[in-house]
Amino acid sequence: MALLEIENLHAEVDGKPILKGIDLSIEAGQVHAIMGPNGSGKSTLSYVLAGREGYEVTEGSIRLDGHDLLEMEADERAVAGVFLAMQYPVELPGVTGMTFLREAVNARRKAVGEEEIDAMGFLKMVRAKAKTLGVTDDMLKRAVNVGFSGGEKKRNEILQMAVLEPKFCILDETDSGLDIDALKVVSEGVNALRTPERSMLVITHYQRLLNHIEPDVIHVLAHGRIQKSGGKELALELEQNGYADFVEAAA
Amino acid sequence: MAATVDTVRQVEEVTGRAYKHGFVTDIDMDMAPKGLDETTIRFISAKKEEPEWLLEWRLKAFQQWQQMKEPNWAKVGYPPIDYQDLYYYAAPTQKPQLNSLDEVDPELLATYEKLGIPLKEQEILAGVVAVDAVFDSVSVATTYKKELEKHGVVFCSISEAVRTHPDLVKRYLGSVVPAADNYFACLNSAVFTDGSFVYIPKGVRCPMELSTYFRINAQNTGQFERTLIVAEEGSYVSYLEGCTAPQRDENQLHAAVVELVALDDAEIKYSTVQNWYPGDEDGKGGIYNFVTKRGACRGKRSKISWTQVETGSAITWKYPSCILQGDDSVGEFYSVAITNNAQQADTGTKMIHLGKNTRSTIISKGISAGRADNTYRGLVRVGKRADGARNFTQCDSLLIGDKCGAHTVPYIESKNPSARIEHEATTSKISEDQLFYCMSRGLSTEDSVGLIVNGFCKEVMKELPMEFAVEAQKLIGISLEGSVG
Amino acid sequence: MADKATLPLLTAVPKTEGGSPWLTKLRRTAVENAERTGLPGVRTEAWKFTNLNALKALEPVAATGTAEIARLPAFADLQAVELHLSNGTLTHADAMPEGVDLVGLAEPDDAPDWVSETLGTVAETAPHPFTAINTGAFTGGIALRIRKGAAVETPILLLVDTRSLEGAGTVAAHPRILVVVEDGAMADLVEVHTGGGAYVNNAVTELVIGKDARLGHYKLQAESGEAFHIAMTAARCAANSTYDNFALSTGATLSRNEIRATLAGRHIEYRINGGYLACGDQHMDTATFIDHAEPDCASHELYKGVLADRAHGVFQGKILVRPDAQKTDGYQMNRALLLSREAEINSKPELEIYADDVKCSHGATVGELEDDQLFYLMARGIPEERARAILVSAYVDEAVDHIQREPIRDAFRAAAAEWMQKNIAGAPAEGGL
Repeated sequence: MALLEIENLHAEVDGKPILKGIDLSIEAGQVHAIMGPNGSGKSTLSYVLAGREGYEVTEGSIRLDGHDLLEMEADERAVAGVFLAMQYPVELPGVTGMTFLREAVNARRKAVGEEEIDAMGFLKMVRAKAKTLGVTDDMLKRAVNVGFSGGEKKRNEILQMAVLEPKFCILDETDSGLDIDALKVVSEGVNALRTPERSMLVITHYQRLLNHIEPDVIHVLAHGRIQKSGGKELALELEQNGYADFVEAAA
Repeated sequence: MAATVDTVRQVEEVTGRAYKHGFVTDIDMDMAPKGLDETTIRFISAKKEEPEWLLEWRLKAFQQWQQMKEPNWAKVGYPPIDYQDLYYYAAPTQKPQLNSLDEVDPELLATYEKLGIPLKEQEILAGVVAVDAVFDSVSVATTYKKELEKHGVVFCSISEAVRTHPDLVKRYLGSVVPAADNYFACLNSAVFTDGSFVYIPKGVRCPMELSTYFRINAQNTGQFERTLIVAEEGSYVSYLEGCTAPQRDENQLHAAVVELVALDDAEIKYSTVQNWYPGDEDGKGGIYNFVTKRGACRGKRSKISWTQVETGSAITWKYPSCILQGDDSVGEFYSVAITNNAQQADTGTKMIHLGKNTRSTIISKGISAGRADNTYRGLVRVGKRADGARNFTQCDSLLIGDKCGAHTVPYIESKNPSARIEHEATTSKISEDQLFYCMSRGLSTEDSVGLIVNGFCKEVMKELPMEFAVEAQKLIGISLEGSVG
Repeated sequence: MADKATLPLLTAVPKTEGGSPWLTKLRRTAVENAERTGLPGVRTEAWKFTNLNALKALEPVAATGTAEIARLPAFADLQAVELHLSNGTLTHADAMPEGVDLVGLAEPDDAPDWVSETLGTVAETAPHPFTAINTGAFTGGIALRIRKGAAVETPILLLVDTRSLEGAGTVAAHPRILVVVEDGAMADLVEVHTGGGAYVNNAVTELVIGKDARLGHYKLQAESGEAFHIAMTAARCAANSTYDNFALSTGATLSRNEIRATLAGRHIEYRINGGYLACGDQHMDTATFIDHAEPDCASHELYKGVLADRAHGVFQGKILVRPDAQKTDGYQMNRALLLSREAEINSKPELEIYADDVKCSHGATVGELEDDQLFYLMARGIPEERARAILVSAYVDEAVDHIQREPIRDAFRAAAAEWMQKNIAGAPAEGGL
């Protein structure tokens, strides 16, 4: 059985249907990409998977490792192994990066009945991972994302991913707002986290991110449905022809 | 930018510093004796051939008013008003019923022409604006009545409405601003002489802007007009009012009441350009503008939007407010208040959130020059049941010169945790860099000030209907003449 | 002669005759002012949102007797010289550091000149009836002088405790605190107000801050849950001085913390920050007034409120910029967080400005926790209750972080954390953040 199974997923926001029947299955270790024009429902899908309030699932199911995600709150999903790297990471004034990470790790440990993590060992581990992603000590001491540049915010997201070691990662428009150097650092960070057990769903508008994070499967999302699936060549096709075909086809 | 070029041109068009509306019209007047007692009220009521209930309503208000004290919490100062030294009724002598504008006193029409009010129908761009003109106490002419009647819209003087639509008037008069609401509103309830009445039937989008011009002409006269606008379910109306008065040495009292009622899905947009005589440079004369304006968003998804440009009056005391009763209803207040010389303004709004998901926006721009005092005073109140209520308030003050004052007094009250209220206020002076930049491009100091201030007020000005925006822009320039340099 | 009918809080007949002329005059004027004004009602604009009927119904007697005062846990590690005021009486004083003079105010008739010349000159008794009552009736307190140029490193920790002893019933104390920081001197004063049972603590703190001087002044109001805390802090700052003020309120059934400062010289830096944390049926009123009387001064104000259960918070902040006070830089912000459907806030930030070349802004926000922040924490696996507590805690710390001295900041963080742990489910342990 696949790690993630989405069946006939319908969802709406403020009573407006956005997702209109998504079927998607991702095997452990695979990286899938979802591409689509603006307004196709890409970000809605990521929020629905992560369990954000206000995103109402009206039909269908989502299973992670056989567990029904829709039965879980956002925090329970995170503990179960879902990680959403957000397009616009939220600022948390007054909450330092280290505190945030430690709270998140301890929440997982508590859920499985483990002791709280050793503070010194944890600090060392985070620092080591931070270094490879170019996240400075200063950024860890400061309030989460407050005063961070776009690139710093994205690197911080990947650092959280590295520390929390999720089973299933959603990268929502991780390339937006990044210059080419930052994109490289972030992609390398992501690639380092690819393992045979971990799956990823990379959501993006442009093909360029997929040069850095090579997906196994690409899906085109438009009008709330997956219109086409294929290999890497699909991304190149989209790069050349745009989304016009899909937008019109479904309209 | 085309808009800025326009502004400059408009400011340049205006020459001379005098209050341009400061002329007096010689017209035979029909006046009540000076002073205020029950006889005065009976006189007014009899003159207007009012039904018994309205006379009773007035007399009750008068009794309550006698028990009340003049408010003193506003940041304005003025010598005591002798309410017995005023005329409470002054009407141009004329035939009781006018059949067409041709029957209006030509002198009066000439006055309106001087004011630039396109009262004669042929002068009005076809179908743009319908005008009701209130001269001292009495509504003298309402244009475009026939066109409006086709749509079922009632637009007439309130005296006429008392006769022709007594049920509507009886039902809504005093329902938003109760007779004894406050000192000045109570006085108005007792002695109001005229004003406009608007009724927009269900589902009707009023085909043109409705407009009233107010003019105080007679000496020692108080003007107490009363306006009532009712917008039925799903209807829309945009209403404009403009005000002028002649230049006189003594102060004149203007205590008006405006009530708006918006039912389900209805929208009322109410715009004011107030240019009453502000008094001279030494603060002599000018209008005391003590006005109560309030709208009730009774219906779901209803909307009331107040836009005001206040440049005139010796003293302005007004707080156009919204009571957001219906779920998802919206209240807006956009205000520019300019005070120069010895003018005083204490103005703002109240947004009372009662229904769920009600939203309000307050944008206030205060400009103070000369020795003037300019106060924003506002209340945002969120009741217990107003889940999801939202308010955003932005109050900016601009000071021109070091003898004036700018004050901001917001009251914020919330009893609902899901409500979100944000208030921001700034005070600054006109930037020397901006002034220098304009002047280095060849603009005079005054044109530069006019331009910069118009820019400062832009968020509010863009809410005004086109016909008014141009006039308002000019007014801003004129009001600030002599404030710099 | 003052009596209970006009002034229900007056627990002792003030000595308005005999004694030193300066004190007699001061007390007499105070009593006259108090009688003329009477206790404020809700029609008094400055007290519009705070109903004093419960206080007026009390018939307190003068607080007598004294008790030992212990430090609150949050302040346990703070290195400081300690002073104790129990029921208004100075009961303990550590040896003062060099450059600091201490005078008890139990017998103020004999006070030295620096006391008689300043006491009552900053805290005005009109139109402030509670200050007037304190001035008329205070029977104890302290006066501190930081001598010219003295840089006092160790904070002075003043523990003020009020409680009914030996079955005295409801008591009222009127502690008086005077601090004179002479030119170029530097010091930190920490006031901690505690107590037991029902009582009234009507405190007045008067501060005179000299040229080039620096005063850090930090106050924790942690009175008993049945107490009434009415306090006035009045400061006058001279040119080039720095006044760092922070006040945290967590206690009392009804409290009013009023802070007034006159910036009476150029280039003064005034920082006035604080928080009010209320739950149950607490009513907390904070009133601040900043008088920019001279040019080139800066004031920065951030207040954060957390209101749970049926708590009612009031914030009134006014910045006055007088005609000569050009180049004033004034900033004021009050943020209130409502955590329950029964909680309530009244906020009135006010600007009154008569100078044109100024930069003044204020803001106020009222609301609940941001949804997107809550989601972000939960999306990382943190349970909702815990996520909320983390956000509330961080929210309060943002104000606490403005305290300029680190050890004192740590103590106030701990005090806030202590309140959080008692009153907010899922709150992190102190030092957890």
